Amino acid sequence: MNQTVEQVNQVIQQRYKAGFYTDIESDRVRAGLDEEIIAMISAKKEEPSWLLEWRLKAFHHWQTMREPNWAHLKVPAIDLQKIHYYAAPKQKNRPKSLDEVDPKLLETFDKLGVPLHERARLAGVAVDAVFDSVSVGTTFQKELKEAGVIFCSFSEAVKEHPELVREYLGSVVPFTDNYFAALNSAVFSDGSFVYIPANTRCPMELSTYFRINARDTGQFERTLIIAEPGSEVSYLEGCTAPMRDENQLHAAVVELVARKKAKIKYSTVQNWYPGDENGKGGIYNFVTKRGDCREDDARISWTQVETGSAITWKYPSCILRGDRSAGEFYSVALTHNHQQADTGTKMIHLGKDTTSKIISKGISAGHSNNSYRGLVRIAKRAENARNYTQCDSLLIGKTCGAHTFPYIESANSTAKVEHEATTSRIGEDQLFYCRARGLDEEDAVAMIVDGFCKEVFKELPMEFAVEAKALLEISLEGAVG
Amino acid sequence: MLKINNLKVAVNGKEILKGLDLNVGPGELHAIMGPNGSGKSTLGYALAGRDGYEMTDGSVEFDGQDLSELEPEERAAAGLFLAFQYPVEIPGVNNAYFLRAALNAQRKARGEEEVDSMTFLKTVRESIKTLKMDEALLKRAVNEGFSGGEKKRNEIVQMAVLQPKLAILDETDSGLDIDALKLVAEGINGLRDGKRSFVVITHYQRLLDYLTPDRVHVLSDGRIVESGGQELSQRLEAEGYAFLEETAA
Ligand SMILES: Nc1ncnc2c1ncn2[C@@H]1O[C@H](COP(=O)(O)OP(=O)(O)O)[C@@H](O)[C@H]1O
Ligand SMILES: [Mg+2]
Repeated sequence: MNQTVEQVNQVIQQRYKAGFYTDIESDRVRAGLDEEIIAMISAKKEEPSWLLEWRLKAFHHWQTMREPNWAHLKVPAIDLQKIHYYAAPKQKNRPKSLDEVDPKLLETFDKLGVPLHERARLAGVAVDAVFDSVSVGTTFQKELKEAGVIFCSFSEAVKEHPELVREYLGSVVPFTDNYFAALNSAVFSDGSFVYIPANTRCPMELSTYFRINARDTGQFERTLIIAEPGSEVSYLEGCTAPMRDENQLHAAVVELVARKKAKIKYSTVQNWYPGDENGKGGIYNFVTKRGDCREDDARISWTQVETGSAITWKYPSCILRGDRSAGEFYSVALTHNHQQADTGTKMIHLGKDTTSKIISKGISAGHSNNSYRGLVRIAKRAENARNYTQCDSLLIGKTCGAHTFPYIESANSTAKVEHEATTSRIGEDQLFYCRARGLDEEDAVAMIVDGFCKEVFKELPMEFAVEAKALLEISLEGAVG
Repeated sequence: MLKINNLKVAVNGKEILKGLDLNVGPGELHAIMGPNGSGKSTLGYALAGRDGYEMTDGSVEFDGQDLSELEPEERAAAGLFLAFQYPVEIPGVNNAYFLRAALNAQRKARGEEEVDSMTFLKTVRESIKTLKMDEALLKRAVNEGFSGGEKKRNEIVQMAVLQPKLAILDETDSGLDIDALKLVAEGINGLRDGKRSFVVITHYQRLLDYLTPDRVHVLSDGRIVESGGQELSQRLEAEGYAFLEETAA
């Protein structure tokens, strides 16, 4: 048995294929966090004064806050004064189209499997590519514009659609929400902006690819998606970073607003550098993601596949404000070596007949720790609210941990809340059964894990389900015995 | 096909097989009977190469190869198949996908081309039909939520698709009603081609009535204590294993 565990642990040693570094000249602000730095970021982005004021308010509020310590994580002290809060590849002029973008950047995204140029770009998927603190380009903008859809970088949205940004920024995640959200609000650099007009079904998948490249920087992106009444959109984000011995901080804020009968599907394939097999290096991923079903019959669905990061602290949540609105959370979180993940969701039922569904699959291997943390809150006026939670953990080996922290707060007696949880180990019997049929150990582990995640993978858009599956397989790939 | 000489197998340091001899020629079907706990499943696991089933003495030769040298998946590719007494559930893994992956892994290991999905589906559908199984089982997860009988028949479908040189069937008949038992027997007989060999572990004469074994062996306390023809299994059915002790005394 011990031998099997040993072999499986070897199988699961990750090979991180996105770990390269792009040698490109970078325009970077000095290290440190203060009002001057914030003003510099705002100036570089040529922002209006109201936005600078908002940033500074957030900063002042942040100064009164402390890092959260309630998660099941061991977080080493992070020296926020040593971080460069803005780094962007040097470009002579702002490129007007993708043809003018530095070939080195295009090549980087090519290598990551996200080609941006016209010939090779993914059919039916519009991509916004963010490199360190700036967006380098967005594909299919013209086609989307014809449908009335706005998909651009956050910086561009501030310039072109200030009234929308001003109305919605911070309306789902106020800067007072938590320590990392406040920090993000003060120093955020770029991210994506999506606006879907009323009664419009977005004609293609939208996606943002986040790449951290520069050393000693952090990435603080901000994404805002607004779905007007009767509209529908499917959005996906992916992310990677070079392999480095130092840790890097990533603290994003994502806000979704779904109005009457609108549908937003938000999928994440998170593959930040997880650190090496001894736990050195890797991204600290502290992210606040929240969706607001602001009006009746709105629907927000989160799907995440989390394989990267040294530390993950992330709870994509839904506020079910409108009557009959629905929230969903589908998650696969894989940790190995010394990775730590504390992830889950919050479903806040405010409206009548609201429903939520939570499917969480945690896979732990090596010396990693994987926690599910979920809150289901039913407000007093949320008549007939329903929640179903299923939370499964799969352990590989004996040195990893899986933990489940479900919180249920119900103030309405008509609520129905169901919770199911299982924990299992990849069975020696399952492995042997597969091998006795001719599959080698590596394929057997990949197959068992893939089967365990099936319910979540089927929620991903097709192209990305294939990618997520491959990513999990790469994460499980390695030299067997 | 299979030559077992003085095989000793220990599990967790405890000797379970204590010097077992067995010779199965090409095309032959041998039955192994014996009381619970006598080591029948241990023999199957040891032959298939399960971790923790340590061969401490003796030798096993399969189709001219020393089995102890091979990993479980290599044994499978070499043509050895074990139908499990308790088939294992693999949640979320599509049954047909699993079987095709297994077949192609074996073919790849033997340097053969992969089968395309059309050919594969045709083969599976045929065996599904022979065993009167519901085709929907192909779309379900491997053994998940299958009834006991469905699990056992699924093992036979796998055998039919993988076309092994030697199949060891560990109590495939246990828990089957008489109709299912007949179907399983048909499935096995359909694969008897004069070359393929079988070791059928069972408690019941019933199955052997349909299979007409070449030899019947009785395993007791880790050794073959008695071998004979069909009449031996009939005697066991009538008298139970008690007579073994009489002969021993
Ligand atoms: N994993 C194991 N660890 C310890 N003892 C075992 C193990 N598996 C089987 N045994 C023991 O080996 C003996 C033979 O078991 P088994 O081969 O399953 O018998 P049968 O299939 O003939 O009923 C029994 O005494 C059983 O308790
Ligand atoms: Mg047995």
